[in-house]
Parts: sequence; structure tokens; C-alpha cells
Amino acid sequence: MTVDIQISAKTLDVQQCIDRVMSADCGGIDVFIGTVRNATKGKTVVRLEFEAYEKMAVSEMEKIAQQTFANWPVQKILIHHRTGVLQVGEIPVIIAVAAAHRDAAFQACRYIIDTLKQTVPIWKKEIFEDGEVWVAAHP
Amino acid sequence: MIVSIQQSFLHICTSIFMKVNILAFGIAKDIFEGPSIDVELTNDATISNLKYLLEQQYPKLKKLATYMVAVNNEYALNGDTIHERDEIAIIPPVSGG
Repeated sequence: MTVDIQISAKTLDVQQCIDRVMSADCGGIDVFIGTVRNATKGKTVVRLEFEAYEKMAVSEMEKIAQQTFANWPVQKILIHHRTGVLQVGEIPVIIAVAAAHRDAAFQACRYIIDTLKQTVPIWKKEIFEDGEVWVAAHP
Repeated sequence: MIVSIQQSFLHICTSIFMKVNILAFGIAKDIFEGPSIDVELTNDATISNLKYLLEQQYPKLKKLATYMVAVNNEYALNGDTIHERDEIAIIPPVSGG
């Protein structure tokens, strides 16, 4: 079982992430790619800005990976997240999971992205044409 | 005489209070107008005490949907005690992914 965690300002490479989890004993790879959408509630998004509390974010991602291994028979987990300024269409997050069979890969991948959004200390600011907002900050 | 009273007063102050640096991220950085602030807490201060103090100084914290405090890179509970060299951070609602 291996975990590959990365938080960086560099562009994420989907193929490289897939290659990193590819393994002879795994019959399925499930990949989630988060991309920057061009609008939120009808308002045009100009760009997103991501900020991370890196040390803690890595440690929370590590916890998620260990919880995933405890719950599903998966072999390899990759979690890569961007920081900095991202334009529409760019990729802030890639989750890749390799398992012997697809059921575990699908479920684990879903669990990882859902939990990441709840617990990992990373924040995004949406920049609109007429203002900006830290996502989820206010009720 | 006056000098010795001042010295002992200073001694009491340094033994009861500690200065703690608080890191801020996301909207908390905007509220604090900077990436960190220093606060003075009593030696036995809890997360609740810290939150109360911060909310007095920065009422905008109370407008957030919620916020957590992390101590040494772990989410802390309201009753947890803060120690002098702890790394403390304000964690507003996260929104990664």
C-alpha cells in the first residue's frame, strides 16, 4: 500500500498521476479530476485562488488515506492539490486510486474527495468580475 | 523597596501570562489583516478562552459559518489547554478540491 501526497503551486499532470498509481496487481484505477468551473450560481468566475496550511493539509490527507486503506481493499492512493492562482479549466485537485477490483476503487475515490472537502485545511477564493468571496466562509 | 515590588510584580506577570502566535488562513487572514497575530493568554488558557478573546478583538469571526482552532497541526477541542510553544492556527471553513 502506497500513498502519494502533494501540495504544490505547479500544474497538475493527469497522465503522470495515473502512471504513479498504475500497478500490475491492480485491475482498476479510479481518477477524480477537479477543474475550475466558469460560473457559480450564474456569476462568471474569472479565476480561483487556493491557499493551504501545508503541513496540516498533508497530515489530514495522510489520515484520509489511512482511513481509506482501513475501509477498502485498495493498493495505491494519490492525492495532489494545487495552490495559487488557477484559471478556468485548470485542475486544482487529482485523486487517483488503484485497486484489484473496481468497486473498491470507485468507493475509495469518492470517500477521499468528499472527506478532503470537509477536513483538509485548504481554502479557495472565487474572483468574479465585480468582487471576490472566500468559498463557504459565511452561512 | 519600590524596585523590589516592581520586580516581583514583573515576575508574577511573566509566570502567569504567555504570548502566543496565532496563524491565520483564508478569510481569517483578511479579518486579522495579516498572516498572524500575537495574543497574550494565561498559562492555563483553553481553546474556548482563546476564541472568546479573539471574538472580542475581531467580531467578524462570529459572522463566519464556523471556525476551528488547530494546535500543532491537529484540530483542537474547545476544552483543550494551550501551551506556550504550541503552533496555533485559525481554520475557517475549508473549501479545497
